[in-house]
Order: sequence, then structure tokens, then C-alpha cells
Amino acid sequence: MHPWNSTVGSASLKLMLKLLPRLFQRRILIEDSMKSKVASLFTALMALPPPDPQFVLRGTSAAVHTLYFSCGGSEPDIPLLYSGSESGFIHVWNLRTHRVDTALDGHGRKSVYCVETMGGKDRLLSQGRDQRICLWDLAEGRTSVTDSVFTEHVGFCRCSLLKVAQGRWLMAMAARSLEEIQILELPSKTSVCTLKPEVGAKLGMPMCLKLWQLSCGSQPVLLAGYEDGSVVLWNVSMGKALSQLVCHQEPVMSLDFDSEKAKGISGSSEKVLSIWSLNEQQNLQVYKTHELVNAGISDITIRPDKKILATAGWDHRIRIFGWKKLKPLAVLDYHTATVHCVSFSDHSNPRERLLAAGSKDQRISVWSIYAQT
Amino acid sequence: MYGEGGALPVTLSGQPRCRAARNRVTLGHRLVCPVPEHSPGVAGHTRARETSQNAALPSLEVSSSPGSTSSIPAWGWWLQCASRVAALPPVLPPRYDAITTCRRCPFPPACVNLLRRARSDGGAEDVTALGERERALFGAFLRSLARAPGAARPEGVWQRCFLEGPASLVLCVLLESLGSAGAGLDPREVVGVLEQFLQEGRVSALLWEVCQQQAQAGCPELQDVLINKIVCLPDHVSNKLQGKNPPVFFPQNYFPLLGDAVLQVLEKISDSLRGGLDCSISFVSHVLGKVCIHGRQKEILGVLVPRLTDLTKSDCIWQRICWRLVECVPDRWMEAVVLGFVQRAPGADVLSRLLGNLVVKNKKAQFVVTQKMLLLQYGHTTEVLQNLLGYLSLDSLRRTLLLRVLQELLETWSSSSAVKHSPAEQQLYISKAILICLSHLKEPEIETHRQELLTSMMEGVKCRLDSSLLQQRRLGMVVAESISLKINTEGPVLKFEYEEDDETRELKSLLVQTPSFCNVPSLPDDENEKAGAALPLVPESNEKSHTAAPVMPNEESDTEFDSDDDLIPYDMSEDKELKIKAPVYIRDCIEVLTGSRTEDVDKWEATVKALESLVRKNPAATREVSVELAKILLHLEEKSSIEGFVELRQRTQVAVLTTDPIPVAKYLTSQFYSLNYSLRQRMDILDVLVLAAQELSCPKFCGKTKHSGAQKPCIQLLQGSDSSKGWRRVVDERIKNKTRRLDKGHCDMELASRPNEFNSVAGYFFFPLIQHFDRPLTTFDLLGEDHLVLGRLAHTLAILMYLAVNTVAVTAMGKALLEFVWALRFHTDSYVRQGLLSCISSLLLSVPTERILADMTEELLETQSWLGDVMEKDPDGDCRRLALQNLLLMENLKKKLEVVPS
Repeated sequence: MHPWNSTVGSASLKLMLKLLPRLFQRRILIEDSMKSKVASLFTALMALPPPDPQFVLRGTSAAVHTLYFSCGGSEPDIPLLYSGSESGFIHVWNLRTHRVDTALDGHGRKSVYCVETMGGKDRLLSQGRDQRICLWDLAEGRTSVTDSVFTEHVGFCRCSLLKVAQGRWLMAMAARSLEEIQILELPSKTSVCTLKPEVGAKLGMPMCLKLWQLSCGSQPVLLAGYEDGSVVLWNVSMGKALSQLVCHQEPVMSLDFDSEKAKGISGSSEKVLSIWSLNEQQNLQVYKTHELVNAGISDITIRPDKKILATAGWDHRIRIFGWKKLKPLAVLDYHTATVHCVSFSDHSNPRERLLAAGSKDQRISVWSIYAQT
Repeated sequence: MYGEGGALPVTLSGQPRCRAARNRVTLGHRLVCPVPEHSPGVAGHTRARETSQNAALPSLEVSSSPGSTSSIPAWGWWLQCASRVAALPPVLPPRYDAITTCRRCPFPPACVNLLRRARSDGGAEDVTALGERERALFGAFLRSLARAPGAARPEGVWQRCFLEGPASLVLCVLLESLGSAGAGLDPREVVGVLEQFLQEGRVSALLWEVCQQQAQAGCPELQDVLINKIVCLPDHVSNKLQGKNPPVFFPQNYFPLLGDAVLQVLEKISDSLRGGLDCSISFVSHVLGKVCIHGRQKEILGVLVPRLTDLTKSDCIWQRICWRLVECVPDRWMEAVVLGFVQRAPGADVLSRLLGNLVVKNKKAQFVVTQKMLLLQYGHTTEVLQNLLGYLSLDSLRRTLLLRVLQELLETWSSSSAVKHSPAEQQLYISKAILICLSHLKEPEIETHRQELLTSMMEGVKCRLDSSLLQQRRLGMVVAESISLKINTEGPVLKFEYEEDDETRELKSLLVQTPSFCNVPSLPDDENEKAGAALPLVPESNEKSHTAAPVMPNEESDTEFDSDDDLIPYDMSEDKELKIKAPVYIRDCIEVLTGSRTEDVDKWEATVKALESLVRKNPAATREVSVELAKILLHLEEKSSIEGFVELRQRTQVAVLTTDPIPVAKYLTSQFYSLNYSLRQRMDILDVLVLAAQELSCPKFCGKTKHSGAQKPCIQLLQGSDSSKGWRRVVDERIKNKTRRLDKGHCDMELASRPNEFNSVAGYFFFPLIQHFDRPLTTFDLLGEDHLVLGRLAHTLAILMYLAVNTVAVTAMGKALLEFVWALRFHTDSYVRQGLLSCISSLLLSVPTERILADMTEELLETQSWLGDVMEKDPDGDCRRLALQNLLLMENLKKKLEVVPS
């Protein structure tokens, strides 16, 4: 902050520095509210400016729509970042050299909006606007599509992957007909069930999905955000809606869920973040809402350790919040266009943890923030 | 009053005086006081008259010839009788020989009757039992009684005599003696008796009396006289007492009293009907009609209607009485009565009970209800309309009338000449009537009339949408929507876009209203149900669904200092609302606005928003590209939905025009008359011209914006003027110090006086606009169907004229404007005429008086006669008002002219 940005601030700072020792010396009883006011003024003045990105990855030459880290491996393995871009390429970034290792072209130059690894960094799943979900084999330098699923879905809904057993995944994806969601088992591609809202529910298209289970072996549950602003909890094995909550007036753009605290968060094109909780009766309830400065959230991710979360805003900014109380922590202003996705790395050493954000301005910014805690 | 009654005053009080009195009365109250020769008396019919004349005249001559001292005067007999009455035993012997005792009395039977009545306490006397001769004598007796000198009036007995006599006789006598009251008789005494007469309910006795006679055989002339007397009683009394009459004779007290009397009589009639006796009600109807035509509907029906409403609720005899009461009203008074009932009935069903099928039976009533009240008058309230049309809809006989009414209403509604020439209030009234009719229509009726409804709707909406008055257009839209809603039960209905206001809401509510009254309380219920249904935001089918009631976390306190949250926030003060950077140079703006890149909507929006301030800040840069900018703005279409885009564009256009008035005004005025513009764009041009002219001519507005706008970018430029201002201030300061001010007024109020910038450019705004209005283009015909724009043009010219006050060109402008007005003065569109009238106003206000008188006297005189015509004949209320204003302005001008030479 420039010192002359606000003359009032500096004047009040001087005044306070002059007054404080006297106040304490004379042991004047300061009321609690006064104390907290003074303290908050202090922290506001002392707050650090937000950090700059650790590094920036350029060269996708198209808007970045999705990011996925693969850094969990032990020492000889190179930490990787997968990015899907509007031009249909999936870039595999080497985080040591900050260069692209491989560029995968499997979606017919149609935008790729979801990338995820399955198991290790050699098996990759990607979803594109060509209405296909591809499974890649990247082992030993191969770059081939081993299998693909034709979704016939024309929306932007990212699929959601859940590992249910060794070598067995469940995948939720928006299906061909407008309101339906289909659950497939991978890699066998057998359909587990189709989730249809009741007739006349008018939920609209599914916009975002999150497949999760409480513990390994328990029943998988799906959270789906819909076009009408509601979030629905589905029991996958029974194919039945358990609860529905209207969180937003506008379509739900993204949601994430913390199964330990049974709490989730969703963002839409509005100015509001909605935090909701799931009680023992499997009912969703609004827990809190948080007002934002600018409207529009395109992605929300909770860090794997459930301490902070990041949002990708239409206002070009990345916002960091504490997950426990949704305390605003930082606003990262680097991009010059809408931020499309945010992703936290899975480094085994917490100090190396990274945050990456991809934007319409064709850059991927990588940040190291709150890595110490 | 009777044959000899007419002669009696002559003999009693001397010819000359009486004649004078009579003349006076006849002149003032021909209707009120009957001329004796014609006055048929109370029970007049000819045969009786002859007999009584024969019998009574000689005795009268004997008794009351003033010259004879031996004979006792009439009042003397009265005294004797009265004393005899007082001395009577409590029970009269069956053949009391009163007649023998009073053998010398001139009116023996009257006395007898009086005595009888006095004994029987005035109860149940049978007046009709009184023979003609007896009545005649009694009349004469009462008359002489009224004239008796004060000594001959024992207090109480004298009054009782009037109060207990046959009511019709008494009223006539009293009014007659009131009319001739003079030196001998104090009118106040007569009025006192009259007051008692009223208060003891003798009026109802009177009405009942006449009703009974009528049942046998009534004399219409006599009744007319009586009706006149009853209805005009307050006038008589107040004329006589010169306004110092007792309160009971005030119309607001008298007519309710009369209403009560009517009610009592009606009750008696109902009793006698129940008793199986026939009864005539026509006298009461006549009285009612007469009262109503005298304009006292409010008073008398205010009493009658509520009571009759109650009585007719479940009693068919009362209903019949009520129907008969209205039916018997003569045609000439029917309108007033029906109108009164319709206005006062609390609802259509009550009205239907009170009037029955009157409209079917009575032609006059039918005309009043179906034609006059709906098509010729338009001052009635909506409730009256609802009453009226509801009444028509409540009976199958009347429903045919309802349909006919609807047809006629629709005919009027859809006729274009009616739209043009009838006042707005009437059109609203007719629209309301149509909507109420529609609300009463039933499905099969609509089926049969669908085609008619559709045709007249299309006709009407067409000529209404053509109108240049917003209210007219909206009215057309609302009514058309309602009709189409009614006739298209399935399939698409008409839907217009307009702003809702109270009027449209009221109109629409008329359509949904059903005639029954129970829907009023049920309305809130419906709403509650709706609200209840709307409350759960999720569909009810989902049992597990939950409303979005937030479960607030327990502690909502200061989260910043939560000790277990060790995450320290970064500085977030820069987190402001996102703003797209708008271009900072005008040429950049032009590039953005003309560029075809559609994806940059944000930038385009920001440019549109920023352009006005840019133009104001950089006048020099604007002047370089002003015409180009004006062209771009004129053609600028809304790309994305910016809030208030039209206003933004307009403000920017105004800014450009004020910055570089001459070339831009030239451009805009030329474009106004060129091809291929929409009406909207042409009207935009007019608006911009007006706003810019206003800004240029108004020093305050100008100074403010110029100042704030010009401060930042051109400090160097302003420095010169700043220093000069400083110099000025120093001098002012010195003068102030050296001057002693005697009054401590508002001395430091600094009025910014600036040259009127409009002065030099007014002509560029005005003349090109007024030049080409009569040259139609292929796409634009001001004198033809584009009269909306013509109206706007006229208003624009008026404003420009007004703003050009004190400019050099004003006289020339005034002349041109007068010619323009003269050419268009008979335009059929009222909006255009309003514009023309405003033109005249602003001309009179702007052009200096001496120039008006020197240069355009003749034109002005012609205009004046036109204004007079408009003021009297124009169907549009606003036009009439404006014309009146103009005439007043002209009057002022004339006064000035008278003052100036002296």
C-alpha cells in the first residue's frame, strides 16, 4: 500500500501510536469494545499486502478451463499439473521446469473442461465439449486414449469421480436428457443408475456434481447443483433424492463438500456464497451466506486439509477464505479476465502445497499461500 | 279554498288588500299558491261545489259583512264554540244537539265535527266521512280562524284546531293565510302552527288522506296543487320569513321528514293491502317524483332507500309496493327518481329489489337507464355503473337490455370519430361500462356475440392506438386485453406492454369482479392461499425438501479474533467493485461505438456510460468530431441491456449539442426531415433539441456543469479567468468595506449572471424545424398519420420559443410560429392542438409586447377569435384550459397597452 494513499489512515496511526502508551501507563480501564476496535485498527494497518504468484505458466494459447495437480509421488517423481484449455488440448506441466511436458489432443479441438487422474499420474480422465469423456494411458510416454464415454450432454457440467475400491471408480455425469444424471462404474462403463428428478420438479440442467462417501465402503452419495439454484442430495444406490435446498436464485455454478464437517459451499452467478450443512437426518440446511464484492463464481475448491478454500471469480480475482468460519483471508488479483478454475495441489509435504488458478486470459497462476499452516 | 272559500277573504278582509296580496302571491309563486277561481278546495268536485255554493253563501254574507254590528264575527263564533267544547261532558250523548245550540253559528256542521274530533282526541277520524258541504264549511271556518285577532286565540285550543282538522285542508289554509299574512296576522304565528303541524306527523296523515280519497276517485288538479304545496313548503316559508325560518323548514331537515312521512304512509298502505283492501299509491309517487325533480333526491331517498332495502328483503308485498311506487312516478319526473335510486342503492341486488322490472315496463325509465346514463352522461361513479349494469344483468328480461347496451357501448367505443371528439373522461367512463358489462356476460352469451365483440374490439383498439395521447392508447390496450381475455377462453389472448397505474388496475379489477358481493371478503383469502402456496420454494412433492430457513450458527460474534483460527488475513482493501476501464479519449469512444466487435460488450457499456462526462470535460476535442459523434449517437442502438440506456444516450446527445451547438443543431434538424428514420428517432431529435436549448438558456445549470466539468483538465485555461475573478472579488470586498448598508438583507447571495448562450443559436434550432412540416416524404408524413410527431414538434417549438425570450431572433420566430399555428389550427388530434396552444402561450410570453403589437396585430386578433372558439367548443379539457389561459394572457397584454400610453 502506498503510504500516501490515505492521509487519514496515516494521521490516525500517528495519533494512536502517541496515545496508546499513555493509555496503558495510566491503567485506564479500556472497555472491551474499545479494545477490540483499537486492535482491529491495528491489524488493518499491519496487514500484509497479498502475495504475488509463485510463478505463472504461459503458453496454452487458449483460455484455461480446468486444472489438476498430481504431486503426491515420492522424490524421483516430478510434480505435474494438468490443464485443459479451450483449444481442446490437455497440457501436462512440469512443475520443476515450469514447462509443458506433453500436450494431449483428444477432444477434436473442442474445449476441455474437466481433467482428473485415476490412481496414478499415468491414467487420466478428461471431459470435453465434444461430448466425450476420454480415459488416457500416459505411462512410459504413451499418449493414447484407451477408452471413451459418449455423454451426449451439451452443457458444461463437470463429471465427478470417486474411488470406491482398488481399480474401481464411480463416475457421475450429466446425461443426455436435460435433467438427468447418470452414474457409471469405471473402467467397466456399466451404468449403475440414472438419477431423475420427480416429474414437475423443474430443476433444470445439472450444473455441478460432487460424488462422495463418508468412509471407505459406505454408500456413495451425490450432491448436485442445478440450474434453478437448488442443491439436491442423491442416494446413489437407491437412486432417490434425499433432500433439496434452494441455495441461490441463479444457477449453481460450483460446489464443494467437506464430508468430515458435513458442510458444503456453493457459488452461483450471484454475489453470494452459500454454506449449507447436512444433518443426521440427511437434510440439507442453510448454514450461512457470505456476501461478495462482485458477482459471479465459476469454481470453488476446499483444500484437502479442510482449512481454507479458494474461489474463482468472474471479477478476475481469486478469493481465499478460512473454511471454519468463512473468514475472508485474501484476495489475489492477478488475472485480467474471468478466472475459470482453482485447484489445490496434493503435495505430501504441506509446506510445498500450491494453489493454481486458470483464467480466460490464457494464463495459469500458481500461488503458495497459507502453506505453513 | 273551496268555492266560497275563494270568496271568503274578500268578504272578510276587504277587496283591495286581498287582491293586492293575491297578486303578489301569484307573481312570485304561481305554482305554490292556487288562484282562488281555480282552486278547487279540498274535496272539490263540481256537483258538491254547486250545492255548497247554494247553501253556504247566504249565511256567509249574513255573518261576516263587516258593516253589521249586530252580527257576531266569525272568530266570535269560534270563541263560543271553543268555550262550549271546553264545557262538554266527558262522554257525549249520542245525538248531541250541537247544531241546535249553535243555530246561529254560520258553520254548524264544522263546529260539530270539530267538537266530535276534539272529544275523540283526534284518533281515527274519518275525513272522507265528512260531507262535501261540511268540508267546505270547515274550510271557511278554519280560514276565519286563522284570521282571528290575537284576543280570539286561546292558547292551545286555537292550534289544536289546526292540528286536528283534516290535514289537507289545514295545509292549504295555513299556506294561504301565510301568503296573505300582513298587518293583521303575524306570519310567524302561522309558521309556528305549521311547524307543529310538521312535527306532529300531520304530513303523513295528509298523504294517507289523499291516498284514500284517490282509491275512490281523486281529482288530479287538486292533487297537483297539494303536491306543489307539500314540496314547496320550505320555499314558501323562507320567502315569507326572509330566511329567518325555523330549522325544520330547512330543506335538509324538511325532506327527510317528508321521507319519514312517506314511509309511514307506505306502511299503512302495506297494512291495508294485507287487510285485502285496494290502495292507491300514485299520490305518494307523485310527491316523490316532484321532490326528486326539485333536486332533493339526496335528502328524501337517503331516508327511503335504506328503510325500503330492509323491508323488501324478504317481503314480496313490500317489493310490490316499492315497484309500484316507482312505476307510478310520471314520466317527466322518472329520470330524477331512477337516477336517485341507482345512485343510492347499496348494490345491484338491492336495486333490483327496489325497482323490479321497471326498465322493461316503462319506456322513459328504459331510456334513462340504457341510454342517458351510459352514453350521454359520464359523471357517475364506478359504483353507480356497477349498480346499474348489475341491475340489468340480474333478470332474464333485463339481460336482453344488457346485451343491447353492450352493443351500443362497443359501437361508441370503436367509432373513430367518438375517439377524436369526445372528452377523455367520457371515454374512460364508457370503457368502464364495457368492462363491467363483460364481467356480467355468461359463457353462452359470449359464444353468440363473439364475432361482434371481436370486430368492435379490433376497430376500437386500432383507432385508439393511433391516438397521440398516452391515456387513450393505454385505455385501448386495457379494454382490448380484457375483451380478448373474455372471448378467448382457450388459445392466445392479447397482451400489450404498458405501465400499470391506478387507473389500469382499477379497470382490470372491474373485469374480474363478479356481481355478487361475497367476493370482496373472499379476496384476501385467495391471496392468503396463494401466499401459502408460494411459501415453500421447493415443490411439495418432495417430502424431504426443506425451506431455505437459515440455521444460524450459535455464535455470530467477532470472527476476526477467533483464537483457534490461526490464519492471518492479508490486506483486502483493494477488493473493490470491478470496473471496466472506459476509454479516456473521445476518439477511442467513437472507435468502440462504431466497431463491429460484438464480444466486447463490457467495454461498449463502459464507453456509453463514460461518454457524456468525456464530452463535457473536453469541449475542444468534442468540437473536432461533434457532427460525427451526433450521428453515431443518433443511430446508437442498445446492444446489451444497460439500465437507463435511453437516458444515457440522450444526455450524451445533449452534451454534444451544447458543446458545439451550431453544426450539431444543423445536422439534427436536417435529419429530422430526412428519410429512413423511425418515429422514435425523430422524437429523440426533438427531445435533444429541447433539452439542449434549456441547458444553453439556463445560466445556473450551465454554470454548474461547466464548472465542475472544466475544473480538472484545463486548469491553465481557467487561470486567466480565475485571476480576473479574484480581481473582481478584491474590488467588491473594498466596496463592501467602504459602504454602509442600512438593510441587512441577503447581500452576499451571488447570482451567477451569464450571457444567454441560446441567444446566438436559437435560430439554428428553430427555423429548420418549422420549415418543412408540410412537405410529406415517402416514409414520413407529418400532416397525415404521423400526427404524434407533429404534436411533439408543436410542443418542441413552443418550448424553444419560450426559451428564446430576450433573444434577438424572437420576433421573427414568433411570426413564423403564428403562421405555423394558423395553418394547423383545425387539426383533429387534440395533442397537436394542445401543442399549438402552448405555442401561442410561449409566444405571448416571449415576444416583447411592443413587437407583438407592431408586427402581428392582425394575426393576433384572428388567433384570439380562434382561441375563443376553442375555449367554448373543444372537446378536450386541456385544450379548453390552455385556450382560456391564452386569452387571459392576451387580456394582460391589452391592459399593458392601456397603461403604456398614459
